[in-house]
Amino acid sequence: MQKSVITVVGKDTVGIMAKVCTYLANNRINIEDISQTIVQGYFNMMMVVDMDKCDKPFTDVADELAQIGEEIGVIIRCQREEIFDQMHRL
Amino acid sequence: MVNLREVRETNKMIQQQNLDVRTITLGINLLGCVTDDLNKLNRNVYDKITTTAKDLVECGKKIEAEFGIPIVNKRIAVTPIALVGGSACKSSEDFVTLAKTMDDAAKEVGVNLIGGYSALVSKGMTKADELLIKSIPVALHETDRVCSSVNLASTKTGINMDAVRLMGEIILQVAEISKEQDSADCMKLVVFCNAPDDNPFMAGAFHGVTEADAIINVGVSGPGVVKEAVAKVRGEDFEVLCETIKKTAFKVTRVGQLVAQEASKMLNIPFGIVDLSLAPTPAVGDSVADILCEIGLEYAGAPGTTAALAMLNDQVKKGGVMASSYVGGLSGAFIPVSEDQGMIHAVEAGAMTLEKLEAMTCVCSVGLDMIAIPGDTKATTISGIIADEMAIGMVNQKTTAARLIPAYGKKVGDSVEFGGLFGYAPVMPVNPYSCDDFINRTGRIPAPIHSFKN
Repeated sequence: MQKSVITVVGKDTVGIMAKVCTYLANNRINIEDISQTIVQGYFNMMMVVDMDKCDKPFTDVADELAQIGEEIGVIIRCQREEIFDQMHRL
Repeated sequence: MVNLREVRETNKMIQQQNLDVRTITLGINLLGCVTDDLNKLNRNVYDKITTTAKDLVECGKKIEAEFGIPIVNKRIAVTPIALVGGSACKSSEDFVTLAKTMDDAAKEVGVNLIGGYSALVSKGMTKADELLIKSIPVALHETDRVCSSVNLASTKTGINMDAVRLMGEIILQVAEISKEQDSADCMKLVVFCNAPDDNPFMAGAFHGVTEADAIINVGVSGPGVVKEAVAKVRGEDFEVLCETIKKTAFKVTRVGQLVAQEASKMLNIPFGIVDLSLAPTPAVGDSVADILCEIGLEYAGAPGTTAALAMLNDQVKKGGVMASSYVGGLSGAFIPVSEDQGMIHAVEAGAMTLEKLEAMTCVCSVGLDMIAIPGDTKATTISGIIADEMAIGMVNQKTTAARLIPAYGKKVGDSVEFGGLFGYAPVMPVNPYSCDDFINRTGRIPAPIHSFKN
């Protein structure tokens, strides 16, 4: 099963989560884990998601999420989980 | 499952500290193309490269998008052309047609450089080797993406001084033929001692005859990441410093390993090696010299530089080796002058000299790299510098190289501009005394005593 990590970084504002989660729900992407902090007014969030049921290719999802980020003034990235796993786990 | 801190750390490395995969290099064996008909050979070479590498660039872009890590270069290395063209090429002009074919194929598949316009002459030169070497100035000038390398020496065979003498003249010719571009063609030519068969970095990449039909080699980089990590342990003892570099090198290399495996799977071509190198670029914060400063030197080149570099190089290897299943290529810190802003500063401040750089090459990969010297430097002097560098590699059983740029018409105090990833280089002074009588002796320097291990 391919897991991905979505990160959102930017100035905290109303509705960031709502936008992202709506997009994920519409594309049948399941959220498995979520954590967030706010450091000096900056919103830092990551989600581990399962894209198995999503019909779109990975790069389309990443591009569309980045687009949503631009609309609400935050940076949204979607990356495959392995890059983090490889770097931090033996 | 990964946590937020780890995800932030990785993304900070990529976005703020220039962590990238420097190159995915596809090695292609061209021995199967050999025929004595030059036209047919050119056709075979073009077809083999464009078929094997047709998906390389696309694959690189896909990995970039999925993992969110930049893959700066996608490149090709081929079997040394002196071997491939041996039976079909009767003149240097014949060899140039092969360089043009390589260039056309590289453009067709969209890679930015193609290496392997090479000859392996560490003990002796065949007729083909000599023709290829003599064709290098024209071949590099009439192509855009072809890189050339010549292996002049090895621990097992000694130093081929006839080839060293010839290369001094060839390097001057390369500088002259590209005088309008600040002798920039010299960047695409490197000479080696103990050249590795699986080096993914240019200009020295070629696909060795010990390799399989096609292979994926990956070069990672991350001087910025190491510098940031070292900055966090300022004033701590060497144990803490070394552990920090090792852990950072491990993380950087794991990314390279992941990318290499992914590319190998996508292209259905076996994975060869990860090259654990700290390869700088002129971008701010992407400098090996800056790491040395962060370790505690005012400038790279100050007393202590060789020791600091030896430690850095060793820790990078120790951390990297565990992160990858196969390590190879050059693997170590690169110390080019023009591609490293910190090195350029050190040269301009008078802290770094050619002699200090030579000392540094004893303890790290790879050699005297991207060094501009006055355009009126004699061919024998260039050969002398090369011979010194070859001797260091031969005796220390390591790879060393020289990529010198005798900038045509320029003198000490001037600088040469290459643009982009190659940066600019201040012209460095060269020892003015002659080595003519030494270089003009013919033959070869025998292999050192410790090479007889059988």
